[in-house]
Amino acid sequence: MARNVTTQRKIVNTVLAWGIGLLIFFPILWTILTSFKSEATAIADPPVFLFFDWTLDNYRVVQERSDYMRFLWNSVIIAGGSTLLGIIVAVPAAWSMAFVPSARTKDILLWMLSTKMLPAVGVLYPIYLIFIKMGLLDSRVGLTVVLMLINLPIIIWMLYTYFREIPGEILEAARMDGASLKEEILYVLTPMAVPGIASTVLLNIILAWNEAFWTLNLTAAKAAPLTAFIASYSSPEGLFYAKLSAASTMAIAPILILGWFSQKQLVRGLTFGAVK
Amino acid sequence: MATKASRSAARLMMAPAVILLLGWMLVPLCMTLYFSFKKYLPLRGGDLGWVGFDNYVRFFSSSAFWPSVIATLVIVGGVLAITVVFGILLAILLDQPMWGQGIVRILVIAPFFVMPTVSALVWKNMFMDPVNGLFAHLWKFFGAAPIEWLSQASMTSIVIIVAWQWLPFATLILLTAIQSLDSEQLEAAEMDGAPPLSRFGYITLPHLNRAITVVVLIQTIFLLSIFAEIFVTTQGSFGTKTLTYLIYQRVLESQNVGLGSAGGIFAVILANIVAIFLMRIVGKNLDA
Amino acid sequence: MGQITLQQVTKNFGDVQVIPPLDLTIEDGEFTVFVGPSGCGKSTLLRLIAGLEDITSGTILIDGADATAISPAKRGLAMVFQSYALYPHMSVRKNIAFPMRMAGVDKAEQDRRIEQAATALNLTDYLDRRPGQLSGGQRQRVAIGRAIVREPAAFLFDEPLSNLDAALRVGMRLEISELHKRLETTMVYVTHDQVEAMTMADKIVVLRAGNIEQVGSPLDLYRTPRNVFVAGFIGSPKMNLIEGPEAARHDAHTIGVRPEHIDVVETDGQWQGRVGVAEHLGSDTFFHVHDTGLAEMLTVRVAGEVNLRHGDTIHLNPRADQIHRFDDKGLRIQ
Repeated sequence: MARNVTTQRKIVNTVLAWGIGLLIFFPILWTILTSFKSEATAIADPPVFLFFDWTLDNYRVVQERSDYMRFLWNSVIIAGGSTLLGIIVAVPAAWSMAFVPSARTKDILLWMLSTKMLPAVGVLYPIYLIFIKMGLLDSRVGLTVVLMLINLPIIIWMLYTYFREIPGEILEAARMDGASLKEEILYVLTPMAVPGIASTVLLNIILAWNEAFWTLNLTAAKAAPLTAFIASYSSPEGLFYAKLSAASTMAIAPILILGWFSQKQLVRGLTFGAVK
Repeated sequence: MATKASRSAARLMMAPAVILLLGWMLVPLCMTLYFSFKKYLPLRGGDLGWVGFDNYVRFFSSSAFWPSVIATLVIVGGVLAITVVFGILLAILLDQPMWGQGIVRILVIAPFFVMPTVSALVWKNMFMDPVNGLFAHLWKFFGAAPIEWLSQASMTSIVIIVAWQWLPFATLILLTAIQSLDSEQLEAAEMDGAPPLSRFGYITLPHLNRAITVVVLIQTIFLLSIFAEIFVTTQGSFGTKTLTYLIYQRVLESQNVGLGSAGGIFAVILANIVAIFLMRIVGKNLDA
Repeated sequence: MGQITLQQVTKNFGDVQVIPPLDLTIEDGEFTVFVGPSGCGKSTLLRLIAGLEDITSGTILIDGADATAISPAKRGLAMVFQSYALYPHMSVRKNIAFPMRMAGVDKAEQDRRIEQAATALNLTDYLDRRPGQLSGGQRQRVAIGRAIVREPAAFLFDEPLSNLDAALRVGMRLEISELHKRLETTMVYVTHDQVEAMTMADKIVVLRAGNIEQVGSPLDLYRTPRNVFVAGFIGSPKMNLIEGPEAARHDAHTIGVRPEHIDVVETDGQWQGRVGVAEHLGSDTFFHVHDTGLAEMLTVRVAGEVNLRHGDTIHLNPRADQIHRFDDKGLRIQ
């Protein structure tokens, strides 16, 4: 039972937490604010917070000059595609490990996790070489496959933990009720697994969207997603704060929104069930 | 518990995932291992034959090796210390009753969802720029000379940026762990006469033990291979060349694949040492 | 029809044999209860009959036909699970309809059977709710409804009442018994609670470590337990088991006397001891008697109220014709 606390203490908590929360959030807030300023206001001294002439110019310029939509589209395809591919491969695997466990299931799961811990830089050149040989460098297909592979262990793991929460007795009941394996999966398992699959999809879109090793190293102009688009602003000629902010805001906004919906799943997905 | 028919179906359904991951792990790793024993310069003659452990000797004895190890350790250690300590404090604060808890939670978690290139660029330009950055304005406001963050305090800057990105992760996991603590345990301790600080020390902290270990291990694995934050800010100069960045430069910038591969194998071994500890914790939980 | 025959059935999990060769016939229309302590293999046995587990060797016949290799779906049996195993995403109506949908029963017939089952089980008002919105007892009834509409050859119950509170359990026990009287279908019921076994069964199968210890009607088991294990397991409170000189006096290794077969007398009882705890229920009084020199503690059940308290000396007389005798292997001496 939670106990009542004094209003005074609650006020202190609230003020403290909001203060720290806003401090942590401030860089994002500042970026969003700056994206609506003119370049001159953006570097004004002293800095201007809220009282300036709000403008959408930066967003228009970013789109016109650097073809933002193309990078966005690459990000969408790569993040969405790798997640979809991953789910297709992972659902049957997670299903079988959760409902028909064998003596080796645990070892297989742990081994799959271990592949996630392989440092990317250790296999950078071989992948680079394979990509060149197969003509996959700077292609969306190649990047989609790589991101699918690096996130596959997390997808399988998350689905596995969700499936394990579905009581085996319910599937047995379906079997007793005369359902074939296909009907069992279609009518009973899938509807019950949808929330878990949805969370898994969400978290993986976020991870794939923000991935910044392979996306930087395996793309050039054609297939570059938003991570690479933003990185191109690090060169001196790209130094316009307001435009940088507008580009950044557009790159992070979709994921911030998805991310807020998936905070709970984040813990499960990223700790592999080690913290409950 | 199952029948034979479902067992063979299960094996079949697992096959694609297992084969894909096995390929993804073995093929590149074997290639890296192979290259690490060769003198291999793609732009300057290609495969120049076997050299035994030469690449390893050269990688470990190069003047860049030890500084890169130290840079890596400083970043990993600094970020871990900041995120764990502040993560615990924040988690405890967020667990207290207050108004607008949900919104504060969202504010605190947000940095985790910002892509690394964005956070690096925003910090680099809008906060740490010695002329137009907010920090510069702040320093001037108090009459101090602005700091050239990314050259004068390069490591501190990188640690700040990365810690800002990972603090939400640590907080979220520690908060989840705190919330799973049975409040009756704390009440029992209170009845037993333990003051708040002892309750934290004897009940809360031991309860968080495992969560802290998990945070440390997972973050270590990710932090060992941070790349974009350095790529976008200092490009490895001013003493911020980590092991990952050093290997990246050997392989893609100077195109010395043999040397880079030797470093890559070293990085794999290093990550595996951390991974083993993580696996043991995860494995124990699987049995429960 | 619903006769189930097990012939030399065994089950191994890896190297561990949980069911040694076992023969059993469950007659058509019979209410059979498998009872035993946890881990005795009673649930495994039920799952072997259901087909949810493969048997390692032996044969299972349903109505004389070999069902050993038939999938659970095709055995024509219905099962009620301990956790009820309702489909959480379907309404009560859809839950009950599910087995009929799988069997391709036409819509009108489905509706007719759902109505019938809902009326019989008092579920009419709840048909459009989800399982999550129901109480434990209602969920239990939905699970039974789902089993009934299949019109199965036999019902299998796996500890169906263990998740209900005590009062509800007594009520559901009656409902299931009445259902059996009405349908006259074979029912196989697994429980660890010997009271459920005694009150519901036509035939009780007592299991221990995968072995059948005794098969018989509840009163058979009560009156003539075949061995010490059954004697101790059936009956509540437990039978008093006494070894040593007192047993030797009756030419036995162990003797057993049920608490209700010991009379309390004013003076000069055959046995005497000191009252430890006295439980006054009104209708009955239970005494835990210590220091008798026979066993650690004897339990005595007396009808009505008897005014003896903690520490009082109590005199006891066992009824001579109700003393069970067992040999050194624990088997009954006739």
